[in-house]
Amino acid sequence: MEITPFQKRITHIDYITKATCTLKASGIKNEELAIVDGRLAQVVKMKGDDVTLQIFSGTEGIASNSEVIFLGESPSIQVSEKMRGRFFNAFGKPIDGWPEIEGTKTEIGGPSVNPVRRLQPNQPIFTGIAGIDLNNTLLGGQKIPFFADPDQPYNEVMASVALKANADKIILGGMGLSNDDFLYFKNAFSQAGVSDKIIAFINTTGDPPVERLLIPDSALTTAEYFAFQKNENVLVLLTDMTLYADALSIVSNRMDQIPSKDSMPGSLYSDLARLYEKAVQFPEGGSITIIAVTTINQGDITHAIPDNTGYITEGQLFLRKDSDTGKVIIDPFRSLSRLKQLVIGKKTREDHPQVMNACIRLYADAAEAKTKMDNGFDLSDYDKRTLKFAKQYTLQLLAIDVQLEMNAMLDIAWKLLSANFKVEEVGIKEEFIKKYWKQTHGAEVSI
Amino acid sequence: MNKQTHGVIKGIISNLVTIEPDGPVIQNEMCFIDTGKEKLLGEVIKVNANTVSVQVYDSTRGLTVGTKVEFTGSMLEIQLGPGILSKRYDGLQNDLEKFEGTFLKRGEQSHPLETESEWNFTPLMKTGDIVNASDWLGQVEENGLPHKIMAPFNLVGSWKIKTIVSAGTYKLSDTIATLENETGKTIDAGMINKWPAKIPLKFFSEKLRPFKLLETGVRTIDSLHPMLEGGTGFIPGPFGAGKTVLQHALAKQATADVVVVAACGERANEVVEIFKEFPELIDPKTGRKLMERTVIIANTSNMPVAAREASVYTAMTICEYYRNMGLKVLLLADSTSRWAQALREMSNRLEELPGPDAFPMDLPAVISNFYSRAGYVQLNNKKFGSITFIGTVSPAGGNFKEPVTESTKKAARCFYALSQRRADSKRYPAVDPIDSYSKYLEYPEFKKQMAENISGNWIEYALEMKNFMLRAKESFDQINILGDDGVPVEFHVQFWKGELLDFVILQQDAFDDIDQMTPVERQLYMNEKILSICNTDFQFEKFSEVRPFFRKLINICKQMNYAEFNSEPYKEL
Repeated sequence: MEITPFQKRITHIDYITKATCTLKASGIKNEELAIVDGRLAQVVKMKGDDVTLQIFSGTEGIASNSEVIFLGESPSIQVSEKMRGRFFNAFGKPIDGWPEIEGTKTEIGGPSVNPVRRLQPNQPIFTGIAGIDLNNTLLGGQKIPFFADPDQPYNEVMASVALKANADKIILGGMGLSNDDFLYFKNAFSQAGVSDKIIAFINTTGDPPVERLLIPDSALTTAEYFAFQKNENVLVLLTDMTLYADALSIVSNRMDQIPSKDSMPGSLYSDLARLYEKAVQFPEGGSITIIAVTTINQGDITHAIPDNTGYITEGQLFLRKDSDTGKVIIDPFRSLSRLKQLVIGKKTREDHPQVMNACIRLYADAAEAKTKMDNGFDLSDYDKRTLKFAKQYTLQLLAIDVQLEMNAMLDIAWKLLSANFKVEEVGIKEEFIKKYWKQTHGAEVSI
Repeated sequence: MNKQTHGVIKGIISNLVTIEPDGPVIQNEMCFIDTGKEKLLGEVIKVNANTVSVQVYDSTRGLTVGTKVEFTGSMLEIQLGPGILSKRYDGLQNDLEKFEGTFLKRGEQSHPLETESEWNFTPLMKTGDIVNASDWLGQVEENGLPHKIMAPFNLVGSWKIKTIVSAGTYKLSDTIATLENETGKTIDAGMINKWPAKIPLKFFSEKLRPFKLLETGVRTIDSLHPMLEGGTGFIPGPFGAGKTVLQHALAKQATADVVVVAACGERANEVVEIFKEFPELIDPKTGRKLMERTVIIANTSNMPVAAREASVYTAMTICEYYRNMGLKVLLLADSTSRWAQALREMSNRLEELPGPDAFPMDLPAVISNFYSRAGYVQLNNKKFGSITFIGTVSPAGGNFKEPVTESTKKAARCFYALSQRRADSKRYPAVDPIDSYSKYLEYPEFKKQMAENISGNWIEYALEMKNFMLRAKESFDQINILGDDGVPVEFHVQFWKGELLDFVILQQDAFDDIDQMTPVERQLYMNEKILSICNTDFQFEKFSEVRPFFRKLINICKQMNYAEFNSEPYKEL
């Protein structure tokens, strides 16, 4: 941010908290930036002459006679084609040792898209992972989080999805990313030879938490530039949104706001929605797809962060370790892609919806059989078959380390169904049975 | 009218600004914040001595203390007139189609109606007739519906028609009648009326208990937990349980003249789905495009929170207007929790002492007040009209004991509880047959109506089916505790009778062309068929024989659901 002779300078601060300071000033704009003793800050509240600033890097060491310079503008970043392959911090400054880039200065957190101008998402994004492609097909323009306990390999799965997905740009927004994970992403992208498709905004665990608040806005403003101005398909990866929400609660707490559920600010829903709703399919062809990570505690989705996220995003993907096979899978029960109905059986093979549902239903029966087994009851022949099916299903399809093409997934699913069940047990429409049922079990095709 | 009040901004936190006015202000009065470049709309939500708190319906970025404010002297008013149907509005009734550009611009407004449009007007009254507010002066045809042109809503007392235009084509902005009162004062009546969104439009003589089935084609609703015309209901469920899909099914299939869909804080891509789908769908009853009888209020989750709060009122006012024409209106709001959250957000900013879960203390009152605006009414001219209201609730963490669900439960007569368990095993719609209820099953007037029109057994069947489901659940629990062979075979039969009902009646494929909508006659046929099976005594030797038998039976019946009613393949099954 440039400092010019005409900016307001003040050298008396009345109040200092851990994240904010308050001073007397006039003619100040809401949400404008300021520099407090060399640190970037933003106006979050005004009351008469009292202006409250949130200092992104924290207030440690700020003196009551520190110099405060108001910059007269809202946070913005420089966007241009030159961002390709570059890594930035929360303020859009390079952290890769290369010089600053020149581009169009663009305010972050801009207006929303008129809903009547949006196009309905219509293109599937294939990832090669059956837990996603088969059971929870993703679309360009969708927003979806991974809900995962901190010990799950969510960043690895997200990177693998990003590399497989057919995107023109991949924008990584890392919030409170561990240095190891940051290096992992860097390596994964360079090894895959896609470095020039990547743009990253990184705030690591070593950086101040309040700075995280700028990361998703910077990432999404950049995404909007490429998707809207350049008509590109942009994939935005945000990890970890739980740490973003935690930063929100720090600021609202410092402003003495009344906390809402789980000590989160009352505006959590609006704050998250403002970001996630940047996912869009523009009529001109460009799109923004958001895949985020929300870490949760022991699968607890009732916490305000995953709960509000779930109501905003178009589904969620649950990572879970399957104890029978030791594989990490995308949980078929709790995962959901709300937009999949727009393409499955239409842009994918006709039998996709029915096969998918039949497998999940039978997998649910297996779960019940397992409970029965755990309770020490005898298993029926059907129970045993469902358990066998579930194991094969997990190993051959659900495990995230299995990479398959869409039709191969469907073929394997049919094979597993016919190997373990009778036609009437799978509840699939007759026309598909006639076409796809493999007679491996000597099962009769008539109903 | 007094001199217009002006004010100056004194404080800003997010979308709440405090203003010092130079004159009187009204609670809920609208005002414009003049930034010099734009005029941002705001609403007074608190008056405290010489400070007024205003929620701004737009981003407040860049606003400064000292900015000038103009008060308008009126509350948020909805413009009511021909041309509303098929419109796509935001929460403040801006016509979204009229906004240019891909992104919404701050402070931009658009007229909700087409003032230059022409309508073929037929008078229903003549010179010399006496009229009161909202009486039908005449009608125009709007997308196949008789749209009544009503006497101005702000008339006080009786007025005489001095002149009224003859049948013919008139512009929306034309005067169609001149009215005169006893004192000789005259007033011009046009086709457009205005009404404050937050005040119920109550031009009717009586509100009756609902008694007529509102057919939805969704079996678990019609057959087990019926909704009535003019009734109220709500659908709570954790995310992923299928609230939105169910609501869309109701919007598409319910037998209403007018459907208003209010997306308050809804996902934008879901709103787009309605935008895209509805214009293509044909209403089987009228042969017209579904969109022609639909109004969509779209306030997506990233649009300003204050407008989200207003959107349900905008929607309800439009519904009341069409009810006043003697029409059958269905209002669907998705989701009322987000509306409640918007209330919470503002109350939080106002630093009010919070109630449970930090919601405002008056939340239950606000909710029940809103639900009470629905209903089956007799208009002043003895005709009938209705608003059926079904809202969805997104309980935090899927917990039905949270304040919005609890408050709504007290206000609504039907409860469609979506269960995570059903959703997990893809048993859609995930309406829990045991937890859900319709109070209307107890209404003798509903029973009588059904007996006269469809079947005297409808209610009996509903109760019977629920009972079978309950027994199935009990048997299932016993089997789980004691094991397959630890219980009598009869328990397995009970359980599978429930499964039969579940798979054939309760579960319905919203994405299958035939199965998605089941007419009432077909439901009756299936209910009788399945209940007759359930009432049959089966003799099985071993529990292991039960599952294959019922599986086979379920499969046959399910194929029936996919087949055209009374078609050849259907009869074969």
